[in-house]
Parts: sequence; C-alpha cells; structure tokens
Amino acid sequence: MIEFDLSRERIDTEAWRRRLFDQTCGGYVAFEGWVRDHNEGQQVLRLEYEAYESLARSEGRKILDEAVGKFGVTGVACVHRHGALELGDVAVWVGVTAAHRDEAFTACRYIIDEVKIRLPIWKKEHYVSGDSGWVNCERCAAHEHDHEPAAVPADG
Amino acid sequence: MKRIHVQYFAAFRDRAGREEETVETDARDPAGLYAELEAAHSLGLGAERLKVAVNDEFAAWDRPLEDGDRIVFIPPVAGG
Repeated sequence: MIEFDLSRERIDTEAWRRRLFDQTCGGYVAFEGWVRDHNEGQQVLRLEYEAYESLARSEGRKILDEAVGKFGVTGVACVHRHGALELGDVAVWVGVTAAHRDEAFTACRYIIDEVKIRLPIWKKEHYVSGDSGWVNCERCAAHEHDHEPAAVPADG
Repeated sequence: MKRIHVQYFAAFRDRAGREEETVETDARDPAGLYAELEAAHSLGLGAERLKVAVNDEFAAWDRPLEDGDRIVFIPPVAGG
C-alpha cells in the first residue's frame, strides 16, 4: 500500500493503521504531528492550513514512492490536514510498515522531513494577541501589518 | 503577448488581494513574470525564496512561458 491523502476532516489514525496492517511485516512506525499551543514565543489559538492541492498530492505521492525505493519498506501512507484546525488536532500522520523496524523508523523519518520541506502547504497561525501570520513568510506578514501600530514578530 | 493564468495561495493571496487572475504578458519565463507581478502587487518576497509551478508541476525559473500556461508562485511552505 502506497497512499497519500489531503483531508479537511479529522484523521482517523486507527483506521489508517488497520489499512496498513500486513502479516508479512514485523514492524509498524507511525508519526503524528499535532497542533501546538505556541510558536516562536506566541500563544497560538488555532490555525489554518492551505494546500495547493493538485501539486501537494503529486509531490506527496512522490515522497512515498521515494521512501519505498530507498528503504525497501512494505507499506507507506501519509495524510495531511487542510482547512481550519484546533489545538491538539492531528495535522499530519505518517505510517510505515516493514519486515524489520530499522527501515520502518528510517522511512517514517524521511517521509515527515520531506513533507515539511516539499509539500506546497502553508500554515496561518492565529494568536491569543489577536494577530495572525503565515508561518515562514514573515516578510509578507510584516508587510501586511505595516499600517498597524504593532507589527507581527518574525515567525519560524 | 501571452495569456497566463496565475493562482495565488496563502500570503500571496492576501498580498495580491485575489485568488487568481489572467494576465497578458511579454515575459519570457516565470522569472520575468514574477518581476512584473511583484511590482504590481507588492508580493514582498524575492524570487530566491520561492518555487514556481507551471501547469501543476514544479518548474525551472527559465522555462519558456507558453500561451495558456497556469502558474503558481510558491511562497515558503510550512506543512507538517
């Protein structure tokens, strides 16, 4: 199984785990990325992910194919949320099955690291202070707030 | 003149004040088009911090533009 998905709904991690289950495998490694209540010194209330869907889907699938090719794992799956998320929600989930644990750990780490740097997905954080900002796009955010008395601090 | 369809996401959507537009341009490649649009919309980021997609695939900045191409300039991502 090689499957990448984008979802506006809560990720049912247990259902995904069942789909990956494979009696030829001795190991299953999963990673959950959660919505955290702080970033760069700001208290986060909630956030939005925005995805360039067609390219995110093709690039996500490419990352999973690479993981299978590089590490020889049996099953790989990844789901990334988009839309509005609350604190504690699972923002991204990765699952890997393999005959042995070493390659499952390595492939899982590879997938989440590549997802973070390659998928065209953006995160807007809404802060307790009332401000908001696109993470990693601080110069844009600074522009947006040029006309306001308090500029948004640079982000991530 | 070529007609190019441009789609904006995230910070660029906010800055441009629109989700998409069709532009008529003499720009030869995405680098030239970005320079025009950055000037028009004050997108606020240099091309060196961006990637570009043409027709839903990552593309080189000097890929020749063709009439009807769909372009997305991709500001720094923050998935995961």
